[in-house]
Amino acid sequence: MYNILLDMKYLTKKNRAILREMVSTDFKVRYQGSALGYIWSLLRPLFQFAILYVVFVYIFKLNRGVDHFAAYLFFGIVLWNFFVEATSTGMTAIVSNGDLIRKISIPRFLVVVSTSMSAIINFLLNLVVVIVIAIINGVEPQMSWFLMIPLLLELFIFAQAMAFFLCALFVKFRDINYIWEVITQAAFYGTPILYVLTMVPAQYQKWFFANPMAQIIQDARYAFVTHQTITGWHIMRWQFAIIPIITVCAVAVFAALYFKRESKAFAENL
Amino acid sequence: MKDTQNTDTNEVAIAVKGLHKDFLLPHQRKTSLKQAFVSIGKKNYKTRQRVLDGVDFEIKKGEFFGIVGRNGGGKSTLLKILAGVYFPTKGTVDINGELTPFIELGVGFNPELSGRDNIFLNGALLGFSRKEMEAMYDEIVAFSELEQFMDQKLKNYSSGMQVRLAFSIAIKAHNDILIFDEVLAVGDEAFQRKCLDVFEQYKANKQTVILVTHDMETVRQFCSRAMLINKGKIAEIGDPRKVAQIYSRLNQESIDSATEATNAKDKDANIQITTYTTEDKKKSSFDAGETIRAKLSWQPIPDLAHVVVNIYKQSGEHITGFRYSIKDASRSHVWLNMTPNINTGKYYFIVQGVSKQNRAINEQRGAEFSVTGTYVKGIKEWSGLVSVDHAWDEKA
Repeated sequence: MYNILLDMKYLTKKNRAILREMVSTDFKVRYQGSALGYIWSLLRPLFQFAILYVVFVYIFKLNRGVDHFAAYLFFGIVLWNFFVEATSTGMTAIVSNGDLIRKISIPRFLVVVSTSMSAIINFLLNLVVVIVIAIINGVEPQMSWFLMIPLLLELFIFAQAMAFFLCALFVKFRDINYIWEVITQAAFYGTPILYVLTMVPAQYQKWFFANPMAQIIQDARYAFVTHQTITGWHIMRWQFAIIPIITVCAVAVFAALYFKRESKAFAENL
Repeated sequence: MKDTQNTDTNEVAIAVKGLHKDFLLPHQRKTSLKQAFVSIGKKNYKTRQRVLDGVDFEIKKGEFFGIVGRNGGGKSTLLKILAGVYFPTKGTVDINGELTPFIELGVGFNPELSGRDNIFLNGALLGFSRKEMEAMYDEIVAFSELEQFMDQKLKNYSSGMQVRLAFSIAIKAHNDILIFDEVLAVGDEAFQRKCLDVFEQYKANKQTVILVTHDMETVRQFCSRAMLINKGKIAEIGDPRKVAQIYSRLNQESIDSATEATNAKDKDANIQITTYTTEDKKKSSFDAGETIRAKLSWQPIPDLAHVVVNIYKQSGEHITGFRYSIKDASRSHVWLNMTPNINTGKYYFIVQGVSKQNRAINEQRGAEFSVTGTYVKGIKEWSGLVSVDHAWDEKA
């Protein structure tokens, strides 16, 4: 089990070369024929942010009680968007590369990892915009920003693991992409992204943290935007607050094992 | 007949033991959860289709190994198992060395990318780093003869151009074992000739190659050994000529579809050829330009209408062929006098019987002979495979 997750033979020189070409192909193809090209990957979340900001700050006035709400909101959206992009493109990775899978014995995991890499690069670009907005919004650089490193790592692992699980499932059951769309829609509102957790009655707050995305987003906001952010570590004993992290680890191990088992039959089942 | 003429080493490149492959084919594929739920508890009707049924063989290093077989016989499945795309149901595959992961040309090409980008993408799939690809990029482009199209998107290439590009990349692979599946089926004549040149090089360099093809001429010319797969089993393995012959017969049989009772005895004319000097002494080494007398003998069987003698150079080129029409059905031999103006080297005969329905009855490799460098008619004034009757005309 340990080997499956950490074995470095998976990232041989050859695999890295394949990964590099696949990711660069993805970026070359994605914005082909569009005049603004790569800029769209920055403009898209900016527009989404602008719309939500107007709706939630000026119409619903949800920004009460939080400093730097613009950065708070935008950061949450960017984190969430990464998760959705990585899982939904990762889910279809095997099926949409069916030709490759059926005819070449390249390591199957590379196909999924390459889509996640694209999502990560996209996310890092967005993160630059987030940092700019945050500084404009009055957030001051501080030591707690370094806490983002383990948190983003947790996010990447979670998204990658979900992508592995979903894409292996998708080969057999093509309904999964509709189901996953519904789940992410529901989870978007079930995760404190648009609203502040203080609006939820105190006794229900802890249940939000059953969802690892809530823990990641809240912890990341705490580290990056404002210490006013409510995190699981504030409202629960650490034995409970650690549950989302354990969940992520469990999902990662399960997904890796499931993917490894299923991947042998991908070529036949496609 | 030799079937290991091209192997110097006895090192095994691929060892396949007791290979079985079954596919479970559900009558109604469950590809949605609803279907899966609805059919819980119901008996699953799945057909077990046996595609490979106990295949054992070895390929030695340096062999040019041909795999032939009719469609649906299990060739592709076998190849996919060798390449690691499918996993065997039973049995083992041991591969000693690295295998090209490519089964088909042009897999992994992205139509939206330029030719240039596709070269790098394909190269990575073949196991090359960016640097290595940059070093050989010019060579690949030159070989493909597509210099002026490199910045165009691949979707604007013709299918022939795509194959040319793919092949130009594929031949750069320096893996221990190369697989080519039906490369010759596509591309124009010029491209096919290029393929054959590459094969020639592989053969000379003792590169281990697995070639899947329907073209028996290629099998005869290049393969040091061949295997016929039929209905999931090895029908024949060994001498490529024999394999090619059985394959052709197999196809013929299915065309004839049981019209004729196949009596093997009746079909075997057992044609033999022996070479003699003009003094009727047995001899197998001749001077260039010397007359060779060859005795052709056979079992007179009713169906035999013609006998054909073909001369091949050891490297596989077909030099020439003659056909003798049998007028008297009881005749069992004939003499052939010839003065071949062929260059020095080793040659062999392929003798063949042809039935009244114009079908090949027998085809077998006959005697070998060599032509030495002593020229009967003075110094050699020509080069190439053969000399053609010619005269210099100095009139104005």
